[in-house]
Amino acid sequence: MKVLVPIKRVIDANIKIRVKSDSSAVELNNVKMAMNPFCEIAVEEAIRLREAGLVEEIILVTIGAPQCQETIRTGLAMGADRGVLVEADNDTEPLGVAKLIHAITLRENPRLVLLGKQAIDGDNNQTGQMLAGLLGWSIGSFISKLEVDGDNVNVVREVDGGLEKVALSLPAVATVDLRLNEPRYASLPNIMKAKKKPIDVLTPEELGVDVSRRTRVVNVEEPPGRDAGVQVSSAEELVDKLRNEAKVI
Amino acid sequence: MSILVIAEHDGKELRSGTLNTITAAGQIGSDISVLIAGNDCSSLSNTCATIDGVSQVLVVNDPMYQHDLPENLAPLIKSLANDYSHVLAPASTYGKNLLPRVAALLDVQQISDISAILSKDTFVRPIYAGNALATVQSNDAIKLITVRTTAFEAATIQGGSASVVEVPSIDCETLSTFLGEELTSTERPELTSASIIISGGRGMQSGENFSMLEQVADQLGAAVGASRAAVDAGYVPNDYQVGQTGKVVAPDLYIAVGISGAIQHLAGMKDSKVIVAINKDEEAPIFQIADYGWVTDLFSAMPALAAALDTDP
Ligand SMILES: Cc1cc2nc3c(=O)[nH]c(=O)nc-3n(C[C@H](O)[C@H](O)[C@H](O)COP(=O)(O)OP(=O)(O)OC[C@H]3O[C@@H](n4cnc5c(N)ncnc54)[C@H](O)[C@@H]3O)c2cc1C
Ligand SMILES: Nc1ncnc2c1ncn2[C@@H]1O[C@H](COP(=O)(O)O)[C@@H](O)[C@H]1O
Repeated sequence: MKVLVPIKRVIDANIKIRVKSDSSAVELNNVKMAMNPFCEIAVEEAIRLREAGLVEEIILVTIGAPQCQETIRTGLAMGADRGVLVEADNDTEPLGVAKLIHAITLRENPRLVLLGKQAIDGDNNQTGQMLAGLLGWSIGSFISKLEVDGDNVNVVREVDGGLEKVALSLPAVATVDLRLNEPRYASLPNIMKAKKKPIDVLTPEELGVDVSRRTRVVNVEEPPGRDAGVQVSSAEELVDKLRNEAKVI
Repeated sequence: MSILVIAEHDGKELRSGTLNTITAAGQIGSDISVLIAGNDCSSLSNTCATIDGVSQVLVVNDPMYQHDLPENLAPLIKSLANDYSHVLAPASTYGKNLLPRVAALLDVQQISDISAILSKDTFVRPIYAGNALATVQSNDAIKLITVRTTAFEAATIQGGSASVVEVPSIDCETLSTFLGEELTSTERPELTSASIIISGGRGMQSGENFSMLEQVADQLGAAVGASRAAVDAGYVPNDYQVGQTGKVVAPDLYIAVGISGAIQHLAGMKDSKVIVAINKDEEAPIFQIADYGWVTDLFSAMPALAAALDTDP
């Protein structure tokens, strides 16, 4: 089967972000970018399925500015086969992104779409669930295990109370959680090979998708800060402070 | 304004976040309906009718709703949504799994994880692991919203007298099947509603060593949480994880033991009222946000803390 993996380019998870001084957005200029960590896990899972002989082709898709080609190259260097870039605003909303991936899904006919559970910039946690709704497909969200079982995939989902096991009939959409796997690093030969793999470039207009915004960002601000407090040096002192100063125990 | 709140429950009891979501709904308007979809939930719906501020309880009983499968629930909520200006669910794994699918069916851009309500169409939500707060205005006809439950008080199950109305289930194709679950059972309070939490990180070194935290938790009536590193290392189950991609908590007291304080962990706990950090590395970033810091080895500190708590105030 074919697997489609939507990936997003975001500020690297190790970078401390800054809000622009005009409070309009988070500063993206001259900031280190990387593939969203959850998307790396989705790419890795697709590659493992191919290594297990269950998948023939892995197609990456990203929606964003031309620079997002770099992120596709990263995924191709990990082992995906080809990429699709839909050139659109970097801040296309999850509904718009889901509609574009929906259109690509109808063109490419994958049996499985693997996404990250959330993009660590907007923290929306919506796109995969929306895509499954648009397609009328089953959804396994926040998965930490995936097994192909004939016409089903069985997934283990990380839920608030523990773990849940669900059988999804194929075709299906799944969104991956951190404990599904440890993504590999691309080797130098694979980075070289990735340069030759094809990337198609499309536009929302070509796909016939309207991605006009439904929400307006009024402003973006730093959250109220928290100051360091005092140091204690014994358990008795800590308990005394918690009882008599903070009055929380 | 009429607002529909999707209740999260296990058939017998509401999950606590539902009550906080009802409080958030009350800040938007006063005509609040609560949907209880499940199997055999009639007695729960009668309890819900007594929640302060709720005017109507919609109940639907059908085995297909028993396991919260979004493929089955989304068409049901879609069929009800057009009577409402807002549809709210808690930003728990339940709400996150379900509401975006409803949003897609209704062609609405959902607003995730709101922490404040400025007006009927303008909301505040944390982005970038809570390192920025975005104020967002929606122009969709129906607003679909998940609520950061720690940012709102819980409504009380008392004083209300809502009407209870049965609604029909909506036929749908079976796309997925629930196979089973492994829920963590504990006598301790639930993480997201506990007033005291003690969490352990990689510094704990093993799952067995968490018993030191459990002892203090029991002395304080606290819940036990963990960092991602502790969960990944297999010390404790996944549902202990606090942070950007785990649970968001805001107790009166949060005690972080052997946790360095990565931004992704802080995202889940920095709104706690009082933060205590116990760490042997005085440079650990957790000390920058702790009200009380104690630079010490946790293996001597935890028994000492247990002993000190045993003394009378
Ligand atoms: C996309 C993404 C999402 C993430 N989501 C989350 C999340 O939701 N929650 C989360 O927690 N993390 C999350 N992380 C991981 C996060 O970045 C950190 O790696 C993690 O929080 C570190 O856990 P830790 O503090 O327990 O471990 P470490 O950073 O290794 O810190 C261990 C601490 O223990 C101290 N210590 C060791 N021995 C002792 C001792 N004997 N006595 C006292 N102190 C001791 C050390 O000084 C150190 O400060 C995420 C990361 C990514 C990339
Ligand atoms: N612009 C985008 N391009 C490609 N995939 C995306 C994009 N935005 C989100 N996704 C996918 O949807 C997942 C969840 O994102 P979100 O719903 O924004 O939290 C990500 O991990 C990606 O797999």
